[in-house]
Amino acid sequence: MASISLKNVIKRYGTGKTANQVIHGVNAEIADGEFIVIVGPSGCGKSTLLRMVAGLEEVSGGQISIGGRVVNDLEPSDRDIAMVFQNYALYPHMSVFDNMAYGLKIAKVPLDEIKARVDKAAKILEIGPFLERKPRELSGGQRQRVAMGRAIVRQPQVFLFDEPLSNLDAKLRAQTRLEIQKLHRELGITSLFVTHDQVEAMTLAQRMIVMNGGVMEQFGTPEEVYTRPATTFVASFIGSPPMNLLKNAPDAQAGTITGVRPEHLDITATGWALQVEAVEMLGAERLVYGRWTHSSTDELVIIRTEESHAVPVLGTTIHVTPRPDRIHHFDAATGKRK
Amino acid sequence: MVERNSFLTFLAHAIMILGVAVVAFPLYLAFVASTHTAQEIVQAPMPLLPGGHMWETYSKALIGGGAGAGSTAPVAHMMWVSLVTALVITFGKITISLMSAFAIVYFRFPFKGFFFWAIFITLMLPVEVRIGPTYKVVADLGMLNTYAGLTIPLIASATATFLFRQFFMSVPDELTEAARMDGASPMRFFIDILLPLSKTSIAALFVIQFIYGWNQYLWPLLATTSEDMYPVVVGIKMMVAGGDSQNEWNVVMATALLAMLPPAAVVILMQKWFVKGLVDTEK
Amino acid sequence: MEKRVQFRSTWLPWLLIAPQVIVIGVFFFWPAAQAVLQSFQVQDAFGMSTEWVGVQNFQELFQNDSYLASFKTTAQFSILVAVLGIGLSLILAIFADRILKGAVVYKTLLIVPYAVAPAVAGVLWIFMFSPSLGVVAYALGHLGFEWNHLLNEGHGMTLIVMAAVWKQISYNFLFFLAGLQSIPKSLIEAAAIDGAKAWRRFWTIQFPLLSPTTFFLLVINMVYAFFDTFAIVDATTHGGPGQATSILVYKAYYDGFKAMDLGGSAAQSVVLMTIVIALTVIQFRFVEKKVNY
Repeated sequence: MASISLKNVIKRYGTGKTANQVIHGVNAEIADGEFIVIVGPSGCGKSTLLRMVAGLEEVSGGQISIGGRVVNDLEPSDRDIAMVFQNYALYPHMSVFDNMAYGLKIAKVPLDEIKARVDKAAKILEIGPFLERKPRELSGGQRQRVAMGRAIVRQPQVFLFDEPLSNLDAKLRAQTRLEIQKLHRELGITSLFVTHDQVEAMTLAQRMIVMNGGVMEQFGTPEEVYTRPATTFVASFIGSPPMNLLKNAPDAQAGTITGVRPEHLDITATGWALQVEAVEMLGAERLVYGRWTHSSTDELVIIRTEESHAVPVLGTTIHVTPRPDRIHHFDAATGKRK
Repeated sequence: MVERNSFLTFLAHAIMILGVAVVAFPLYLAFVASTHTAQEIVQAPMPLLPGGHMWETYSKALIGGGAGAGSTAPVAHMMWVSLVTALVITFGKITISLMSAFAIVYFRFPFKGFFFWAIFITLMLPVEVRIGPTYKVVADLGMLNTYAGLTIPLIASATATFLFRQFFMSVPDELTEAARMDGASPMRFFIDILLPLSKTSIAALFVIQFIYGWNQYLWPLLATTSEDMYPVVVGIKMMVAGGDSQNEWNVVMATALLAMLPPAAVVILMQKWFVKGLVDTEK
Repeated sequence: MEKRVQFRSTWLPWLLIAPQVIVIGVFFFWPAAQAVLQSFQVQDAFGMSTEWVGVQNFQELFQNDSYLASFKTTAQFSILVAVLGIGLSLILAIFADRILKGAVVYKTLLIVPYAVAPAVAGVLWIFMFSPSLGVVAYALGHLGFEWNHLLNEGHGMTLIVMAAVWKQISYNFLFFLAGLQSIPKSLIEAAAIDGAKAWRRFWTIQFPLLSPTTFFLLVINMVYAFFDTFAIVDATTHGGPGQATSILVYKAYYDGFKAMDLGGSAAQSVVLMTIVIALTVIQFRFVEKKVNY
């Protein structure tokens, strides 16, 4: 039973007047075996949140429970968790085998059981040949797998990942992403994965927590976050190119922001009038940038069209129509979905 | 750290306080002793709280001519000797080392390797292992009992040259190339660009060499025979002669504190550079 | 070893390097060569006649009981100073590393002994332990322990060890603290998550990663004990009681300048030179192995 429960979790640095609150009450119920991604820009508090679950940061307010047990006051060593760090944090003076065996030796697991678990993990991660080597003899990707191996052999209740793919090159990142997915399917351990990359979030998450400035803006499946973003932040953060957030759409109401994704705008004979300002050719698709003809604001509208359509000519006026079930309305003042 | 164990934090502070107390105790005692009269000290046990004779004792120490059985030379003069010696050694060493390091790193010349190793070897042999012959050389050159004799032999070791060499090696080549394209001569580059960059290293070395020069004992002991060329560090030992009760311990302790004030001040004021320089030099 | 960019000049480098070369030539190599030469000679006290005796001085040296005793004394002294100095400062560094508040104050106070001259340190300690008026000697007397370093050889050795360690704590402490703080925090966190408590983390992670620092300090402390402690001995025990604290460097000084045995003193200097060179070579060879993260 390794559900995770976050109840009104708050993080504050300092005390009294100079206190700085960085996480403002996060609430989330995570079921046993779920793969949850915490995603957001730099400084949004996602790593801090993860470290509070790990026990590496104190909880200033609220409650964190793992497997039904409140863990606020428990040391990291007592929480039955495993963590994969961004810079791997492998013990440089120990061999790969000893790195993976470290936690098990402390838990007084018998030697043959240790060997069995390490061998099994090594097989899954394909690091068998490296068991006797030291970390400095391995490449970045290999070290990453050893770090994951160290976490796997512990058979913990929860896996925590702190931006583990950030230090890898693009190709390796894509490869490792698939391996993590495979691992989760095989082992089914509850996982919290922190990243700033929305692509990683969309592909790995069963549900994701989108954070901004210490606030949890939305907690939902990738589908939900994409089709029904709860705030303008979520709307613009997920999806590339980002959703158009328009104040000056022709039939807009005052105090409302109209949201529509570039891929949901079709170039039609009639509709919203735009003057074409730029066109980017991306091969399979193209991006068209246009400005309103009915009002003189700086607002730029992005449209994504397929290569099969004709290329709009710069400076001409085109018309676009949003797909009716793909329009979103947000309150201009609060950013929240109406 | 990781644990929020308040017991461990308490223990940590306790141990630090204990450590500081043990380390500071001799200094505290010296201070207390310097504020009493000689008689009060000789009657064991000595009082553990400061007395009221501070100014008296310190002036006695600085001016000299007390009633102690050992040397009663004026400490003020000895402090002056120490200061001059330390500063000459410091500036001397830093200057010639900067120049040598610059030559070694940025130029190619015949026998460079030979000179490099010659300088390297001096790192290995402190003055204590060549006392006899160095004394003879200095005596032959008529440099005994002179500031020159006190300082020049100690400028001979290469610690500073090495530190500067390490630092110069880490200065990006692009800077030198840019300077050459701008038409700068080597000396211009050295003075306008390299020296300002080396400020931290120079500061750290200043602290280390000043303390080294100020605290020299064996060499000044050999190189000077007259009281008015004693640095204060030698002078203090000369004060402690004969049996315990015949020394004016209050004056001795006052001298001890005076002797450690300038180096301590230098270390405390320049703590940041000093620590950085120390840790970087040796590594 | 060489920079890619070099200046071209035929005379400038010579000019720059000249001061250092002259100084080390006159005040280093020349006397060092003389020391080596003298060690193969015997000279009468007035310097009237010198006789080449080959390795006789060395032979006499190593057959001389008091010289061999001095070796033993020096070995004992340096091991005690190194072990105690490193042990105590490591403990202080570990706990200093844990503290966030007031760390600067503790650190500043702990590095003051570095500024104290060994000679002054000797005088301070001899004042505290003076059998007749020393505060600590008095306190020990009260506890039933008669302290007298003027008569008791063990006390003499203890006194110089304490003074030497006191002075060296600052230096060792700074290096250990820097060493501890250079270990990435994520390693400690990973160990904590793996289930290791503070004690175990120290012995399995921090201590092994400190080994370059420890080894380096071991060599430095040995060299310190061999040479920089001359002033301490001269200010406190003068090599006594008897010969109990006559360390090698003190003996070389005494024989050369008090007993006027120039050949013997020179031979001792040469022996010391060899020891230092050996220690320095070891240091440069082995300390170059650094731990990579």
